[in-house]
Amino acid sequence: MKEGFNKAMKNGLKKWRFLPLFAAMAFILSGCGEPFLSTLQPAGEVAQKQFNLMMLSVAIMVLVIIVVAIVYVIAITKFRRSKLGDDFIPKQVEGSHRLEVIWTVIPIILLLILAVPTVALTFELGDQSGMEAEDEEGNREALVIDVRANLYWWEFAYPDQGVVTAQDLVVPTDQNVYFNVIASDVKHSFWIPAVGGKIDTNVDNMNTFYLNFDGEKAEEANNLFYGKCAELCGPSHALMDFKVQTMSQEDFDGWIAAMQESAESEQDFENDTVADGFAVFEEQGCIGCHAVDPTQQIGSSAGPNLTNFGERSYTAGILDNEDSDEVHAENIQNWIRNADVLKPGNTMGGYNEDDLSDEDLDALTEYLMSLKVYSE
Amino acid sequence: MSTVAEKRGFLAVLWDYLTTVDHKKIAILYLVSGGFFFLVGGIEAMLIRIQLAIPDNDFVSAGLYNELLTMHGTTMIFLAAMPLLFAFMNAVVPLQIGARDVAFPFLNSLGFWLFFFGGIFLNLSWFLGGAPDAGWTSYASLSLASPGHGIDFYVLGLQISGAGTLIAGINFLVTIINMRAPGMTYMRMPLFTWSTFVASALILFAFPPLTVGLFLMLFDRMFGANFFDVTMGGNTIIWEHLFWIFGHPEVYILILPAFGIFSDIISTFSKKRLFGYAAMVFATVLIGFLGFMVWAHHMFTTGLGPTANAIFAVATMAIAVPTGVKIFNWLLTMWGGSIRFTTPMLYAVAFIPSFVAGGVTGVMLASAAADYQYHDSYFVVAHFHYVIIGGVVLGLLAGTHFYWPKMFGTMLNETLGKITFWLFLIGFHGTFFIQHFLGLMGMPRRIWKFLPNQGLDLFNMISTVGAFFMALAVIVLLYNVVITQIKNVRVGNDPWGDGRTLEWAIPSPPPYYNFKQLPLVRGLDPLWIEKMEGRKEMTPAEPLGDIHMPNNSFIPFVMSLGLFIAAFGAMYQVDWRASDGADYVWSIPVLIIGMLITIGSMAVRSLKDDHGYHIHKEELMDDHDDKGGRE
Repeated sequence: MKEGFNKAMKNGLKKWRFLPLFAAMAFILSGCGEPFLSTLQPAGEVAQKQFNLMMLSVAIMVLVIIVVAIVYVIAITKFRRSKLGDDFIPKQVEGSHRLEVIWTVIPIILLLILAVPTVALTFELGDQSGMEAEDEEGNREALVIDVRANLYWWEFAYPDQGVVTAQDLVVPTDQNVYFNVIASDVKHSFWIPAVGGKIDTNVDNMNTFYLNFDGEKAEEANNLFYGKCAELCGPSHALMDFKVQTMSQEDFDGWIAAMQESAESEQDFENDTVADGFAVFEEQGCIGCHAVDPTQQIGSSAGPNLTNFGERSYTAGILDNEDSDEVHAENIQNWIRNADVLKPGNTMGGYNEDDLSDEDLDALTEYLMSLKVYSE
Repeated sequence: MSTVAEKRGFLAVLWDYLTTVDHKKIAILYLVSGGFFFLVGGIEAMLIRIQLAIPDNDFVSAGLYNELLTMHGTTMIFLAAMPLLFAFMNAVVPLQIGARDVAFPFLNSLGFWLFFFGGIFLNLSWFLGGAPDAGWTSYASLSLASPGHGIDFYVLGLQISGAGTLIAGINFLVTIINMRAPGMTYMRMPLFTWSTFVASALILFAFPPLTVGLFLMLFDRMFGANFFDVTMGGNTIIWEHLFWIFGHPEVYILILPAFGIFSDIISTFSKKRLFGYAAMVFATVLIGFLGFMVWAHHMFTTGLGPTANAIFAVATMAIAVPTGVKIFNWLLTMWGGSIRFTTPMLYAVAFIPSFVAGGVTGVMLASAAADYQYHDSYFVVAHFHYVIIGGVVLGLLAGTHFYWPKMFGTMLNETLGKITFWLFLIGFHGTFFIQHFLGLMGMPRRIWKFLPNQGLDLFNMISTVGAFFMALAVIVLLYNVVITQIKNVRVGNDPWGDGRTLEWAIPSPPPYYNFKQLPLVRGLDPLWIEKMEGRKEMTPAEPLGDIHMPNNSFIPFVMSLGLFIAAFGAMYQVDWRASDGADYVWSIPVLIIGMLITIGSMAVRSLKDDHGYHIHKEELMDDHDDKGGRE
């Protein structure tokens, strides 16, 4: 919060006349919302710049409102007929060229003050050239993530690393991360409010943008940001949430390595229940839609990839797993039994006792919770 | 509603209204049906706010919620706000320019009935398998994926009512160009007439893109075309462009007439001519012109690239300049005036800060790079409700109170009017101010429910409470309308006492021919000029003579009914072709019958001459001015 405030101050200094307003605005607004969700507590370079631009526009606009309010209050208090009497005939003024020039020119100047940084930032955020930068060996320097939006779930691929995951996006902090986004079915929009503005995932074409996750701010948000779908996409649009786990570059390298390794290692079940669970997973045909192989190609499966399902912060993006393993297990069972109620219109549907016995469900849950690659 | 009408019996009155071509009666038709749809849209809004009162609520289901939000937006824009504005345009504009009717009375009636049947068709979706559920914007990928007939109702209903709107717009353009009384030059027209003129021009250019878009979607959904189907080489972004090339001017079509109503009200109750009249006219025209240059600001996150985004950002900001000019001119009109706080004036006075708040957030949204955060969040919801309720709806409520005596010859109760005003104003700000923050705190728009522990609970509850105040205000207004019409206290030409323009120079309601003799207009605010010279009436511009009047006609009703019937055929022929045909085999015949009814009635209209009739000089001499009243 403090750094954002300082940055806002620095930005404000360039436009010294707005400084006090600007500072006050930034200070008041930064108290709003939750650090993992609010655009008013920016947790990355992109969101910070957008926040500064917001504050600049708010400051200009408050200035306008104050001027209007002063004229307005005087006009409606001073010129009341109850004070002037019914017989008073006001002078029929045609207008004033001087005044009209003033209130045309001053707004133009105010708008220019806003337009210049707007255009500059629009081009700055539109510049994706960092995505192409290569080191001496011809490897891409920046991290690129392919995002695929599907009806009510998100798929994330790391093409250079050959890894796919879903629902929980894992990113390293303090560097530009580039996203290629597209939708499988209908239009969605990819938005991590605390970290930066959104970009639509069109069905027609791939859109590209970048975000930068600030390490310190991420800690304030417990290294977990909320992501949202921002474009109406059907009944469960409201529930098409995803989560972003942030970690240092080192940890991220470890995570990638663990994911890659899990693709190569043999299936190794901790105990019999887990083995039974895997059998249920295959018998029920879960595996038809849900791959447990992180090298599966993006866009090739009908449901989220479950390779690291046991490590995800939320089940189906909406049921919080953080509390304990019991809660986690309950969430999974609740989801499997009631998927159609929890996310109306999703393609999985619920499995009742006839489809899946309680015993099988327990085993399946055990298996799903064992799907871990990085944490132990 | 007049005593004369009651004596004639209900059926006679009904027949009169079904066949009328009189702009004053068509105004009442627009007011009643627009008011009805306003209530329907309002109920939908209340259900939305109840659902969002608490986190993880299950008051309405997910699918129903999407239908509610779609129909709320569509109804309020197309079936409530526009017809209610047309009500006042019809009631007032011909009077303000000193005309006996609009240029094409028959078309005027046709425009209304097309709108009416389109609106009814759209709303029948609630009872016939489900309403449209892809938002009022109906973005192509989602609307093509939508099951059932909801989107078909949207496409066909809007196509029919859109044709009505286009006809009405053309009619007002021609009327204002051709039918002005002697001396009523363009630069003497009241601001409401000017804004109607500009809004009509916008309709002329904005509705065709919508028609095209709707036709493409109609062919995609009903006849298997692939304009928007990406897998078949179509493109969904085209729909976004077509929709917003229409959609952005549409908001100016709504707001400009509201500006006009406020300009007239502020000038009237400040007893002062509009400050900077020429600048106001120029600003209106400029807003209308720029309105076509900015549609892509609705698509900043679509991925058009920084160049397009930057250009549209700057163009959008430019609109703030003429709008600012208007705000200051209104303030300076009040400055030095003699302000009387009647109910319409209260609305006008409240409109200024409300609209400024909506305007400044508009400028914030124009800032493309920052808009990536605002877009499709509750910030946008707050913004457009501030401009549409703070501008258009306050304008409509002000107009209702202001013009009620001119339309019905009775005066709405001022005390109840002020109660409505305060309840509505408090409710409006209570509901929507807080939504700016909800958006910035990360709440996307159009969400069926929000989950707990995201810091969104309290503000959503406050917003819902505000909505109940607005609902209460509308109930008080309805009560006011009912008791006013029951008491039926008749009023004279100029019931507000401060009237400045021509409509206040003739009886309330005016006789069916409006002006016995066309008035001579000697400047801006013609009635005020006469008043200042000690006269109570306008000087006539012509000797008393015969007046040519159009005949009533049932054809517009039948013509629109034909399209309404055909729409059902067009919609269900999809099922007929898809299934084994048993249930919907009637669809193609119905389509053909409907089209035949429409084309047949067009043929009758074309082939049968209708010369109208004359009111003779002698009858007019018997008719005393103070009698007034419709037929």
